[in-house]
Amino acid sequence: METQTIKNTKKSTKTTERISGSEAIVRCLIEEGVKILYGYPGGAIMPVYDELYKYQDKIHHVLTRHEQGATHSAQGYARISGNVGVAMATSGPGATNLITGIADAQIDSTPMVCITGQVSSHLLGSDAFQETDIVGISTPVTKWNCQVTRASQIPEAIAKAFYIAKSGRPGPVLVDITKDAQFEEFDFLYEKCTKVRSYVPIPKTDIKSVEAAAKLINEAKKPFVVWGQGIILSEAEEALKAVIEKAGIPAAWTILGASAIPTSHPLNVGMVGMHGNYAPNVLTNECDVLIAIGMRFDDRVTGKLDEYATQAKVIHFEIDPSEVDKNVKSDVAVLGDAKASLELILPLINENSHTEWHQNFKDLYAIEYEKVIKGDLYPTKEGLTMGEVLKEINIQSKGEAAIVSDVGQHQMIACRYAEFNQTKSNITSGGLGTMGFGLPAAIGAKMAAPEREVVSISGDGGYQMTIQELGTIFQQKAAVKIVVLNNDFLGMVRQWQQLFFDKRYASTEMVNPNFVAIAEGYYIKARKVTKREDLAEAVAEMMASKEAYFLEVCVEKEGNVFPMVPSGASVSDIRLE
Amino acid sequence: MNTEKQLFAISVYTENNIGLLNRISAIFQRRHINIESINSSPSEIEGISKFTIVVSMTEVNIKKIIGQIEKQVEVIKAYYHDLDEVIYQISGLFKIKSELLFEERQIQNIIKESNARIVTVNKDFFVLEKSGKKEEIVALYNQLSIFGIMQYTRSGLIAVTKEEMKISTLLETYNN
Repeated sequence: METQTIKNTKKSTKTTERISGSEAIVRCLIEEGVKILYGYPGGAIMPVYDELYKYQDKIHHVLTRHEQGATHSAQGYARISGNVGVAMATSGPGATNLITGIADAQIDSTPMVCITGQVSSHLLGSDAFQETDIVGISTPVTKWNCQVTRASQIPEAIAKAFYIAKSGRPGPVLVDITKDAQFEEFDFLYEKCTKVRSYVPIPKTDIKSVEAAAKLINEAKKPFVVWGQGIILSEAEEALKAVIEKAGIPAAWTILGASAIPTSHPLNVGMVGMHGNYAPNVLTNECDVLIAIGMRFDDRVTGKLDEYATQAKVIHFEIDPSEVDKNVKSDVAVLGDAKASLELILPLINENSHTEWHQNFKDLYAIEYEKVIKGDLYPTKEGLTMGEVLKEINIQSKGEAAIVSDVGQHQMIACRYAEFNQTKSNITSGGLGTMGFGLPAAIGAKMAAPEREVVSISGDGGYQMTIQELGTIFQQKAAVKIVVLNNDFLGMVRQWQQLFFDKRYASTEMVNPNFVAIAEGYYIKARKVTKREDLAEAVAEMMASKEAYFLEVCVEKEGNVFPMVPSGASVSDIRLE
Repeated sequence: MNTEKQLFAISVYTENNIGLLNRISAIFQRRHINIESINSSPSEIEGISKFTIVVSMTEVNIKKIIGQIEKQVEVIKAYYHDLDEVIYQISGLFKIKSELLFEERQIQNIIKESNARIVTVNKDFFVLEKSGKKEEIVALYNQLSIFGIMQYTRSGLIAVTKEEMKISTLLETYNN
């Protein structure tokens, strides 16, 4: 017989308690260990806010100034803590305002649960006031979503949401709950979800693939590791270090992999990709075995695919089977959790040092240092560079700060030059490239790790996309250090216009407000630096502050970020100037 | 691996949940792939739905699509098949004026030769049903259209595989 009936039910023996759907939502969040959530009230979610008022000793609700801020804050919270971030909004515009953050979390694999209120179930589909089909709208950008129209469905939906958001390759989940379901009373019982039939969060690791990978690594003359955020998500930092140290493999990182291994580690050879370092980009096309771990060969990393590491055997360690062979064909795919797979392979690989191969990286670094890094970090010409601001922050923070960057030139500079001593210290929008991410994400990061120094670095463009979150910083007394690198331009677009559009600066020059006055308007200490000689002291003052602090640094107007792999070019055609 | 575009039948076993069709069709939409036909119905296993989707694409790309379909939380398993690997049927319905049935002798011959079935007859119209390969139904359409067809509709392709699909075994491993 080919098939048979299979039941998917289980009965609980626990006792229940009669409460409303809205109280159940809050109780579910408490059961999931949620201590902070970010959101914005409105008509269709009011019953839940009313319950939050009752439970405020258990859950701290952070009123952001915009629902987008709530999602980015939840993302920042999740990225630094490794826990699920939670955001809440009302129906209609409240829900649609969450979408940017949800899309960002989806592409950057950030665990997040969003709860939205919805119009009463009898109004669904009638174009009622503040009704939108948020389940339909969010479907392409969520890992999972559902709509709940009965109170009795709430515990199971929320339990599933947390389990799915966090397990396997994490992602955002949305639960939409109608207002009548929030009012309805039912017999509440909460059980955490530990399994969903049809969902395999971590594929089984085939030991043969691990052995085949070990064989390739042992035979390699020029092995090269590129790791991604998968290392951080599976907490495989030590396992990765052990593997590269034993086999003596130079290792580079994607933008979201930054900070997994300290910047100063001798085998850490820098960032790959469009604005990555010279050596790892060029040598991608010289290595004989490319070992990709927890990364997905994004086009910003690979450049022209036809000319990406075509000479190399590719080993891909990956938790998501649909990523294997999606962009780059692998010779060996090791499916599974990165930490478990690296622990399996460690005893199978031989000790090695690959000294000559390392020298190639050092030689190319010396070229990049002379042509780019020296000028960025130790400029002699007039005009402050973004790089020297980062250098100053490194000095003052001793590499212990979490750097939350927005999107643009300053982001590339921050990721290139920030020094990291500990993991989960680089929080940025990698896949979606969301301007406006930085400031609210820094709030979430600071609230998740109040003991850590959190420095938000934005450009003048992205900062103004979510500038209203200064209100949240003030109200929450979140001691975030805010740095705006102001060049009065949408700098990255301007750089492209300069290089590829004949210097036609169409709509990229910004006439900016008095940023210091705005920060001070929100009662945040603020300072503006325009001269090199004031920079160190201003950064020192910022870092010494126990409260939130705003620092505007006016940098050179037309500074560019190099190296650069032009769009559509091969990674080895990386430009230094 | 064949790099030419060809027709594939995709079988997707899923939980029977609202919104899943949206998730699956979005995967095709994002890659600009036109779905030739789609059918969703209960499967042989109680409580589990089966989608049969026909698309024209290369084998390299269909593998990627299958991976992305399987990644959806409520999808249990997705398979793709060359049309040679499945037994499949398409159904066509033809609504035709009743007077033609009685006045056009040739129509009676067409019905007989095509193995089409008369579903209903009343004084205004009769309805023919024909199941088979797409070409057979199109051929019947071409023959009948000369006389005039009031309404014509064709179903999506439904298929069972020639090879065994071990979906139950898979489900058991998930359940345990």
